[in-house]
Amino acid sequence: MKTWIAFANILIKDMRSYYLKPPNISWGLIFPVAWTLMFFLRSPVPVDVRDLLPGVIALSILFGTTSMLAVTITFERKSRSFERLLLAPISLNLLMLSKTSGAILFGVINAFIPIIFASFMTGLSGIRWPMVLGSVILIAITSTFMGLFIAVSVSQVFEAQTFSNFFRFPMLFLCGLFIPLTDLPVFLLPVSYVLPLTYGVDILKTAINDNGLISVPLSFLSLAAFSVLLFAYSIYNVNRKWIH
Amino acid sequence: MKIIEAEDLKKNYNGLTAVEGVNFHIKQGEIFGFLGPNGAGKTTTINMLTGLSKITSGTVKLLGEDYSRNVKKAQAMMGIVPDESNLYEELDGWENLCFCGALYGMDKNLREERASQLLHEFGLEEAARKPFKAYSKGMKRKLTIAAGIIHQPQILFLDEPTTGIDVAFARQIRNLIVDLHNKGTTIFLTTHYIEEAERLCERLAFIVQGKIVREGTVEELMQETQGENIVNFTLGGDFSEIDEDFRSYFPAYDIKMGRDNVVSIHSQSTFTLLPLVRFFEERDLPVYEAKIIRPSLEEVFVKVTGIELQKMQNQRGDR
Repeated sequence: MKTWIAFANILIKDMRSYYLKPPNISWGLIFPVAWTLMFFLRSPVPVDVRDLLPGVIALSILFGTTSMLAVTITFERKSRSFERLLLAPISLNLLMLSKTSGAILFGVINAFIPIIFASFMTGLSGIRWPMVLGSVILIAITSTFMGLFIAVSVSQVFEAQTFSNFFRFPMLFLCGLFIPLTDLPVFLLPVSYVLPLTYGVDILKTAINDNGLISVPLSFLSLAAFSVLLFAYSIYNVNRKWIH
Repeated sequence: MKIIEAEDLKKNYNGLTAVEGVNFHIKQGEIFGFLGPNGAGKTTTINMLTGLSKITSGTVKLLGEDYSRNVKKAQAMMGIVPDESNLYEELDGWENLCFCGALYGMDKNLREERASQLLHEFGLEEAARKPFKAYSKGMKRKLTIAAGIIHQPQILFLDEPTTGIDVAFARQIRNLIVDLHNKGTTIFLTTHYIEEAERLCERLAFIVQGKIVREGTVEELMQETQGENIVNFTLGGDFSEIDEDFRSYFPAYDIKMGRDNVVSIHSQSTFTLLPLVRFFEERDLPVYEAKIIRPSLEEVFVKVTGIELQKMQNQRGDR
């Protein structure tokens, strides 16, 4: 059977039905702009947009992917249309990859919105773009798989939102997005280092401002490991919870 | 030739047994009916056969090959129509069918051609571009059946296809099922409408509390009531007032009270109507109608399972 046809069509349907809808596009635009403005308005000293850029990029990806995937899958499960996918002759791994690919793409697109805004406000010379692209893709993958992990842990759409925020808001403060890891209390550092976003933001900091703390290969490796673990655990849970 | 064989199929949920060692087979090209009340294990059995539910123990074979551990290969040959329409609300009829075709790896041209053909056959051409959420319940059910057969499966699982829809649509759907059968599709049909099962199915199994209590062709099952005679009297008053008197006069007869002063009298021997009519008239109960009833599958079902049809249909608030 041509499984790629099923894969591509699930991805296209999700992009059209969920991700490319005007409310989601505006969410992708408004959120990074709002965060950037907040720092400008609240900061007593002049703020360099380039300093904010790694945090805003990571934030845009995180918020764009996690809740979208968690909500769409929970919604499809409630309406039982997800059963149709489980009954299709494609492997569970491929099915979940096709469901998550839309969110990953959406996350990557979201990441470039603050970059485009920043290009009007500051110079972007000296940025190591391949490293930016690599980290954007890996942050999008880990955030999406975190959304998948949330989707398989809840049964209601509102639970998906609440559970997403339970993870996301602490990550804003613990992953070095806007508060450097060096400024965090020592007892919080272990928590920071078990959160995948810490490594993604650190790569972005190195690529954009050359001020990351962790070795880049180690960060890439950590993000890849988090992705594999979250995906494997989610698949295990889908098998256990949804195919009774 | 057997297309599906279920051997000692069991399903436990958290220590509770939903299906208890069922054995049956479905022959290629036939309509096999699974008849039972709500909660009997019909949907659980379908879910195990189609891979939506894990089998606790037992085996299922498709064309002789055990697929208990490799359900994906078998799913390519199956069409599944669940008891509730589960297509995508935001897509229109055409898009839903094309998407379902794509899930089975159909090429673009082929799935578009099939979608047009099915929309025409199912009388949904005019609604092809309407979103699924705007469809009536009957239209939704028809499109869900069309989505189940877009890839031309070898076997179609239909779970309660006419439940909760009006009489006209139910009739159309039954005609569609007959058409599919005439074209050679094997159909596994679960229903709790006995007359529907009797009309459509070649073979049937009665399932009650997770166990198959009878299986056979309609003719074989009907033999259960062979020799039984039934006559329905419509009386001009309340039978219950003379119930005891009647039973002492006619101890060999079995009596079932119906609605609107209808009394159903069952006997193993042939009736002589005159003494019965005279008995009623002597007690000031005029007989408006006396109707000899041919035993139906309903009598067989009630006899075998002890479940009254009315009670079974009320469970789902049916038409």
